[in-house]
Amino acid sequence: MEYILLIISAILVNNIVLAQFLGVCPFLGVSNKVSTSVGMAGAVTFVMVLATMVTYLIYVYVLIPLGLGFMQTIAYILVIASLVQMVEIILKKISQPLYQALGIFLPLITTNCAVLGVAILVIKKDYNLVEGIVYSAATAIGFGLALVILAGIREQLELADLPSGMKGAPIALVTAGILALAFMGFAGLV
Amino acid sequence: MNQMQNFTKGFLKENPILVMILGACPTLATTSSMVNGIGMGLATTLVLLGSNTVISMMKNVIPDKVRIPAFIVVIATFVTIVDLVMQAYVPSLYETLGIFIPLIVVNCIVLGRAEAFASKNTVWSSVVDGAGMGLGFTAALGVLGAIREILGSGAIAGFKFIEGDGILVFILAPGAFIALGYLIAVVNKINKA
Repeated sequence: MEYILLIISAILVNNIVLAQFLGVCPFLGVSNKVSTSVGMAGAVTFVMVLATMVTYLIYVYVLIPLGLGFMQTIAYILVIASLVQMVEIILKKISQPLYQALGIFLPLITTNCAVLGVAILVIKKDYNLVEGIVYSAATAIGFGLALVILAGIREQLELADLPSGMKGAPIALVTAGILALAFMGFAGLV
Repeated sequence: MNQMQNFTKGFLKENPILVMILGACPTLATTSSMVNGIGMGLATTLVLLGSNTVISMMKNVIPDKVRIPAFIVVIATFVTIVDLVMQAYVPSLYETLGIFIPLIVVNCIVLGRAEAFASKNTVWSSVVDGAGMGLGFTAALGVLGAIREILGSGAIAGFKFIEGDGILVFILAPGAFIALGYLIAVVNKINKA
């Protein structure tokens, strides 16, 4: 039950993009087409769960015993950057189709603040390892959900006649705002 | 390009958030009031100044192939310094900005300037560029924060001048997206004209 609440809260109520403003850059950057947004969502889910797991273990078993808690930011970003690189190399070797689907998104993920953000939040919220993994997976699904919905709307917007100043990022942001308004309806759920 | 142009380009013509749409996460998250927005902007400016200075000094020492990880370590170091300093001297602002202080590391503006400017230019130009970009970012955050604060709570920098509750949605998440969207549209229009 506790986990179900955690999942619903991370996907709908405290949606990572629409309520917590993490990962807005890829949210705006790769939401032009539904097919690419699905690829990005998959890559983020994979990296986010893996990164949360590894950074949690490093924090608890390396940084804390050595009294290096203040090195958290530096250690995390290095771990995430090398993890992404490693995932890219492994994927290229073992699964060519998966690499082709996710490959181009992987380098972008290093600077996706949602990945680092979730890793830090898991420590801040005092989750244990299992809770951390569940939380990061649910958060990633919430990210994917918001991304795919926005991509679907933006595909339709292509056909709309917009004032020149509103084309591109501005209309995407306003659309995201309205989407966030809709997601606020979930607020009483948990 | 003279230093004055180098400094002022960050405000309107190449404003990192309003023109290049870099660093949208902290912009949306910390502009629920003007003071928070400016605080976040100044923290980013400090990191940007530090990282631009150090990276332009070390540009000949860092091998080309590992430059991105090297830049990230330099940036993360400055973020940690700013993080600890803010925790010590402005604890209330530090609480409000929360997770977005460590997340300056992944703010695309900082890495973007390191890659696009500091790694190719002299130390002094890089300092000016960092200051211009940082203050341009701060100005954009201040303006967005002021708009949201006036519409959302009828106040500016904490001083309430309109009675009543205001349009609450502008303080909340949806208002952030909508206000930034229209602000970018206005700047687009100005820059094109």
